Amino acid sequence: MSAVLFFLAAIAAITGAIGVVMLRNPFYSVLALVGHLIALAALFMLLRAEFVAAAQVVVYAGAVMVLYVFVVAYVGGGQEYQAGSALRILGPLFALAVAVELCIAMLGTALSGVSGHGAPYVRGFGTPKQIGRLFLTDYLFAFEAASLLLLVAAVGAVVLARRRRGLEAEEAEDVEFQRRLHQPRPRYTGSMAESAGLRPAIQEIEEAGPAVIEEAGPAVIEQEPALPTPGND
Amino acid sequence: MAIGWYLAVSAIIFCIGAGGVLTRRNPLVILLCLELMLNAANLALVAFARMWGNEAGQIFALIVMVVAACEVTVGLGLIVSIYRRNLPIDVDELHELHG
Repeated sequence: MSAVLFFLAAIAAITGAIGVVMLRNPFYSVLALVGHLIALAALFMLLRAEFVAAAQVVVYAGAVMVLYVFVVAYVGGGQEYQAGSALRILGPLFALAVAVELCIAMLGTALSGVSGHGAPYVRGFGTPKQIGRLFLTDYLFAFEAASLLLLVAAVGAVVLARRRRGLEAEEAEDVEFQRRLHQPRPRYTGSMAESAGLRPAIQEIEEAGPAVIEEAGPAVIEQEPALPTPGND
Repeated sequence: MAIGWYLAVSAIIFCIGAGGVLTRRNPLVILLCLELMLNAANLALVAFARMWGNEAGQIFALIVMVVAACEVTVGLGLIVSIYRRNLPIDVDELHELHG
């Protein structure tokens, strides 16, 4: 039973990996990677790493891949560039050489554990309880360093992906809104005094006639804000 | 299954990822291939943890996952930044890091 599951999961994982590399559309590559990660989680379960498998599915296949899908949707597939001719031949050759080398290393190893079935299973091996206990006792430093690293990466991503001009660029984009905001209007309209009834604007218009309206208009209107040049961000 | 089988699967996945990093030119796909290589290493770590009956390898795999998430975040931030500047999304064109 476990052998059948192993071969199913292994074939699915390798197929997913090949799909990531071979598929032309990056979106399909991401989907292939999701399948690969889920198959890998099955392999982790077979190795009795329950918590790692759950984290793999939830964090990796769930959260990180959603980030990928968003970026692929934002950037778009675009035209796929072919690799340079030298690398297109040398790349797979290098991969094949590494594969042969790793196989030789594995076949030639004198480690008896590699051909064995592993240590006898102890109850509670790889459970969240055990992993959590280890994280907060023996590996506390690694745990804290990982949290700091996550914080730095989040700040770094925000700094990298922000708009270069900051807030001014966004304001300049909305020229129409600014123009409407600075439309000529009677004095005291929209003020707190008007709403409180201290200076009724309507009454003032009636008293002074249309001259007030022109006078009250802000002088800024003449100089239009320069239109933002499209495509610099 | 013997531990060696898991290591063989891990080696195959690692080599596929390495080949992908060398042959593809879209940085998004290169990041995906990096994920493949990190996951192959994770599989080997978990297999060795099973071999020794010791959870240290699983802890190591979890930390590798955290580092991979950080790498993805920064890498995708870079790609979005490149896209905003209307540069080609192609690693061969992006050999200089000046703005």
